[in-house]
Amino acid sequence: MTFPIKNVALFAIMAGLLFYTGITESWNTALGLFNMCLISAIMALGVNLQWGYAGLFNVGVMGFVALGGLAAVLVSHAPVTEAWSEGGLGVIVALLTGAATILLATLIMRRKPHSRTRTLALLAVLVGGFFLFRALFDPSVLAIEKVNPAATGFLGGLGLPILMSWPVGGLLAAAAAWLIGKTALGLRSDYLAIATLGIAEIVIAVLKNEDWLTRGVKNIAGLERPVPYEVDLQNSPAFVERANNFGLDAIEASTLFVKANYSLLFAAVLIILLVMFQLALNSPWGRMLRAIRDNEVAAEAMGKDVTARHLQVFILGSAICGLAGAMMTTLDGQLIPGTYQPLRFTFLVWVMVIVGGSGNNIGAILGGFLIWYLWIQVEPLGHWLMGVVTSGMAEGSALKEHLLESAAHMRLLTMGLVLLLVLRFSPRGLIPEK
Amino acid sequence: MIDFLNAIVALSNFVIVPAIAYGSQLALGALGVTLIYGILRFSNFAHGDTMASGAMFTIFVTWWMQSAGINLGPLPTALLALPFGILGCMALVLFTDRFVYRFYRAQKAKPVILVIVSMGVMFIMNGLVRFSIGPGEQRFSDGERFIINAREFKEFTGLREGLAIKTSQGITVITAVIVVALLFWFLNRTRTGKSMRAYSDNEDLALLSGINPERVVMYTWLLVAALATTAGVLYGLDKSFKPFTYFQLLLPIFASAIVGGLGSPIGAIAGGFVIAFSEITITYAWKKVLVYMMPEQLEPSGLVQLLSTDYKFAVSFVILLIVLLFKPTGLFSGKAV
Repeated sequence: MTFPIKNVALFAIMAGLLFYTGITESWNTALGLFNMCLISAIMALGVNLQWGYAGLFNVGVMGFVALGGLAAVLVSHAPVTEAWSEGGLGVIVALLTGAATILLATLIMRRKPHSRTRTLALLAVLVGGFFLFRALFDPSVLAIEKVNPAATGFLGGLGLPILMSWPVGGLLAAAAAWLIGKTALGLRSDYLAIATLGIAEIVIAVLKNEDWLTRGVKNIAGLERPVPYEVDLQNSPAFVERANNFGLDAIEASTLFVKANYSLLFAAVLIILLVMFQLALNSPWGRMLRAIRDNEVAAEAMGKDVTARHLQVFILGSAICGLAGAMMTTLDGQLIPGTYQPLRFTFLVWVMVIVGGSGNNIGAILGGFLIWYLWIQVEPLGHWLMGVVTSGMAEGSALKEHLLESAAHMRLLTMGLVLLLVLRFSPRGLIPEK
Repeated sequence: MIDFLNAIVALSNFVIVPAIAYGSQLALGALGVTLIYGILRFSNFAHGDTMASGAMFTIFVTWWMQSAGINLGPLPTALLALPFGILGCMALVLFTDRFVYRFYRAQKAKPVILVIVSMGVMFIMNGLVRFSIGPGEQRFSDGERFIINAREFKEFTGLREGLAIKTSQGITVITAVIVVALLFWFLNRTRTGKSMRAYSDNEDLALLSGINPERVVMYTWLLVAALATTAGVLYGLDKSFKPFTYFQLLLPIFASAIVGGLGSPIGAIAGGFVIAFSEITITYAWKKVLVYMMPEQLEPSGLVQLLSTDYKFAVSFVILLIVLLFKPTGLFSGKAV
């Protein structure tokens, strides 16, 4: 791997921007930004694997990220024993019934020849299975949601360390990706886009409505942390003393220390992923992927199984997004289904990949950093700009108030503009593919 | 007998009438998507936000008209403002085409690049709409609220169930019929329409016959702007205007277009109704209808709602998957595989 001057300079500028924020605002803000930049970079890596290396158009990033968040809850939250005894078994039996119904229907589809009897049997199995599922499912869910609804009202999780949720988040996302990939890959690229758009909306709908699983819009807060708590640090004399040696007061030092711990964890994941990706993509497997992307027909003629490779890459890339989602929920310490917005979680990641340079992992990481930084910093910039624009207007005029109020929406405009400009004038991104 | 009539009325009131109105709105949206797909050959992700922009222009003109005291009596003022909204939306899409899409057309860029470009346009349009009108909900309907009022219907017929038809629903259906008739007349009878269809069927052959591609593209955008604005305004009158819901309409609209067969106008209309009827029948609580149809001892205890209304996206999605699995070209054999 070589490091051309230009790339080093671009990353230096990025570091400079973060340092500038640290100096002018606060180091706390800068580290917080840095952490989210790392997570964004991981998401961008996942999308870049799909788009940059295989030409797959996934606009369901939000769904996979949210599945990662769900994994964080399911793994780390303490189990609600009362809810489990009330309806845990019922829900599991119901879900198994549902799965069995679908399995049976698929078997009938596959095994029996096409006939009217088959269609009728299929319908009978699906409709009967659905009502059986609802009959088993609904009472258990009611029972679970009745258990102390103000505090829990859901099954809780497994009570395991939250770090274990990261791979689990990847697995959940991979399973969803398999489902989508099986149906939509091999068709036109647009169809995959629509299908992923759909699955993302459905995942969010499930998170918002299945209270027994995620508490729905009541949110889950106070997830366990992989790093120490600020309060504990502030109460530890050894830490306070060390902080004083650095000339920091205990409170600031503790918040910085916690954020820095997160940064280390995230950076480790990012570096491991990057190394793995670079190795894989420079291997024969990676060359095959690029060959398929550049000319599917030729690759197929050479005996490459295009659909299988696409499915593989699609699942891998989505798993990375799930992993990033679990990491993000870990950082937030809470799952708020209402905050998952497609513009923020799907399309912004796309902007990162395109701006950074599709087909280049280093570029994707740079894009993740830069675009996340802009996304956060454009808002104050917008307020400032509007302040300048409106400074000449009469105090209290309706237009002035409207403009000042709308400054927050500047970021969507800016992101769209950045995306279009890069696509037009530098379609290969800031750090193009070699 | 009375029970049967009551059941029919309840069914019409809660399922058939809303589904016809919603289906017409989806059909108009899907027609726009399908036209762009047929002529420009990409899936336009900015379509939801084009609808929102057109509706926004119309709302501004409506507000101005309302403040100036211009109205249509019992009909919503928005109908009067609609042509101005369409003009605004036409200007907007022609502007985007000139400064964004034309460059890629000249390059003969791959469709998927155009899809990404349309994503950028989506961001900008979404930002513009939020910037101009705000992210909140806007109401702009006025005039009579109902064509048939539930209470009056009950008094008139003596049935226990009432049937209400909102003005917006009536207007939606009538407008949709007029717009679709005009569109098909345009596509099938006029010279420009024929050249558009020729261009869609076989680009090279159309070019050889001396059809000017830029003209075809321009007319497509004009049609799309008119369809999108009409769909957006009708949806806004029927429900309410909120920029984010228009973005979310993208999924059912695409589902309609694909279910019908991308590139096929008839398919888009059929698809719109398929999606609308399935969404509403599956998320409707059937208890109200079944109470009348079943003997008393069999009366259902629950609501008999197959899925909660929050899963309406799931319905369009599942239908989309089924169609993709069994008939990827859609019901009316569109051009995409």
